[in-house]
Order: sequence, then structure tokens, then C-alpha cells
Amino acid sequence: MSRYLLNKFLYTVDRDAELVERYRDDPRGTVAWWEAERANAVLNCHTGEASTWLRFTDAEREALANHDHVALFSLGAHPFLTLTLFIAMFERDHAEPLGFQKQYAVRLAHFDLPYPDIAT
Amino acid sequence: MATVVAVIASTHHPFYYRASTATGEDRPPFADEWVRKILTFRETLTRADPDVLVMVGSDHFHQLWLDNMPQFLIGKAPFYDANWYNEEREFGLPRMLLRGQEDLSGHLLREGLDAGFDLAFSNELRIDHSITCPIITLRPEADLPIVPIYTNIFAPPLPQPKRFVQLGRTIRELVESWPSDLRVAIVGTGHLSLELGGPRQFGPHGPDPEFDRRAVEWIANGDLDGCLAEVTLDSLHAPGNATHGFMDFMLMMGVAGAGARADHVDTLDLFHTMEAYFTWYPNGAPTA
Repeated sequence: MSRYLLNKFLYTVDRDAELVERYRDDPRGTVAWWEAERANAVLNCHTGEASTWLRFTDAEREALANHDHVALFSLGAHPFLTLTLFIAMFERDHAEPLGFQKQYAVRLAHFDLPYPDIAT
Repeated sequence: MATVVAVIASTHHPFYYRASTATGEDRPPFADEWVRKILTFRETLTRADPDVLVMVGSDHFHQLWLDNMPQFLIGKAPFYDANWYNEEREFGLPRMLLRGQEDLSGHLLREGLDAGFDLAFSNELRIDHSITCPIITLRPEADLPIVPIYTNIFAPPLPQPKRFVQLGRTIRELVESWPSDLRVAIVGTGHLSLELGGPRQFGPHGPDPEFDRRAVEWIANGDLDGCLAEVTLDSLHAPGNATHGFMDFMLMMGVAGAGARADHVDTLDLFHTMEAYFTWYPNGAPTA
């Protein structure tokens, strides 16, 4: 269980316009590259400093590689991070205002309270 | 000593800027009523004639991140750049630059630490829409120096609701003990019931209109006892998964004081959230 790392992926991709497009176009390749090259980078720190121990579980890697926001919700990824990045990637494909956001909610309709824990 | 000339609590809706500036076919049907309510709300701050704004909000994973997450943080810098790439992208928010009031920041930090709040600080803080939305709605000239205060309503574990109230009470006391002749308005933003990234998001109303109705009553009447008796970290999951932002309203109730009835109360039932606007005048309403 590495909710923190899921969130770190969503957070670092979301704030980089090039990475948003790369993740939209090639999710599996981007996840593999990110886990190998970026997952351990210590943020807010001098460039090049890194941790040694961070990796996804298989379920987390698959959820990201499949753009599966329902699975990400189930795994406890922070809903704000998932939503923000997915709006950036997919809102453009929907003509109706908030069409993507409403579809996103419908796909989560089977979740009842309490929702999956998001504490890290 | 400084004077608290207004206490203001508001929702911070990032869609306001785009809705209020859109024209023609792009202008949403609710924009005119929203702008009308905001102009009335803005007047409540303008009439108070403040020199300085203390701005309470919450970073949305922009600068503050899970590798180093403060619970309560005060900015202490001469300037604050504002709004982030993903807020431009999603909401069309403009980049802004606000002046800081470092002397008041320093006073709140020193005295706040001595009053029992282990406050974090930042000397280079880029603020986000939780603080720029009320600048856009209440003071679009963005001409007053600010002291930004960030709370963690976003990344559990969170402080308890009563702690937000206590901090609000302390901020009020500390501003009033600041050796200055300046007029200070304390402005904070949060949410009523809200769901983001969950099944109840973007519905025809906020996810829990009954919670919103009661919350507006608590705030408008300064009913801290009623609010604290019912609101817990656990209970806030029920009205919507982003409803912990209500604790910033509770902080502002602490600033306004127990039993303080708001001088201005207004709401707007938008499609996916209830907007709510409150102003208190601690020294009585200013004369025109």
C-alpha cells in the first residue's frame, strides 16, 4: 500500500504540462518511466537527492497504467489530485460543460460511505 | 493598537472569475445573479476601509505537499506571487502579485507561538485560489498588503475542529494586540458541503443541502456551541468528501466570536455547491 506514491505520481504529473500530455497519450509507458526515474526524487530539495525505497504495488501500477480513476478512488488516492489531473487530460473530449465531471461521478456511483481511506 | 474593522467568511469558488468575465454565449445563466451578490458582498469590505488583509485559506497541494505538511502556516514575506499553472489551466485564473505585511506576519508568528500554536512559516509562499478568490471577489484591485494563513483541511491527519476555532480566536486577539494604527480586515474562506472526485460531485445542488442550511445558521448566529457539538472530523465525511474545508468557516467563527451575529449573510445555490458570504463588523457597521 503506497497511497503516498500514488499521490506523488498524480501531483508531479499534474503540475507539468508536458507530462500531462505524455500520460494522456501513453499511460503505461509514462507510469513505467516515472516509477523508474522519478518515484524516488525528493521534492522540494536540491536536484538529484533521492530516496531508495518507493515503488508501486501491482494494483496501483495497473490503476495508473489503465487511467482507471475508479480503481484509484478505491485504492485511496487523494480524490482532488485524481480529479484535477483527469480533468486536465479528458475534459477536452466532452462537448457539454462539466460533461466529463458528471460521467466521472457516475462511474463512482457504487461507492457508499465510508469512502476508502485517503490518509497517508 | 490595530483595529479589526471587518471579519469576513466566504466560500472560494474558482469558477467565479471565468463566469463573471465571460460574455455572450460563454456567459453561464447564473453569472448575473452571482455577480450581483458578489458586488453587494464586496461593498461590505469596502465600507470597512481596511489597510491590511489577514487572509485565511488552504493550499490545494500546490506548494505544500505530503513530504512536509504543516497544519497551520503563516506567510512572512514582502510579496506573494499567486495562482498556479493548473489553476490557470482549469479555471482560467490570472497570475497575481500581492504585497505582504511582514510586520503583522512577524507579530502573529511570535505571539502565536507564545500562545501555544506551533505555527509553521514560509518566507517564499506562492498562494493559490483559496486566497486569490476572495481577493478577486472582495478586493479586485489587489492593492492591500496581506498576511496569508494556511490551514490543513486537505491531507489527513487534520487538526480537530475545536483547534480551528481556537486559532481563530487567537488570531483575533493577536491582531488586536498588534502595535499599529492600521485597520485590519480578517478574511477567511472555506466550504459548506462539497464533494470533489467522488460519486456526489457536480450534482444539481451541493451534496448535502440540509448540512448547508444548518451550517449557514451556525455561522450567521455565531453558534459555536451548536456547531462544535455536532461537527467532528468523522462527521464531516458525511456531507461530502471535501467538507473538511468547513473548518475554515469554524476558524472564522472563532475570529468573529461566540454569539456574534453576522451583519451580512447571503447564499447562492449553485449547481454543485452552496455559496455563502458573511461579514461581521466588530465595532458596529461603518457609516456610509
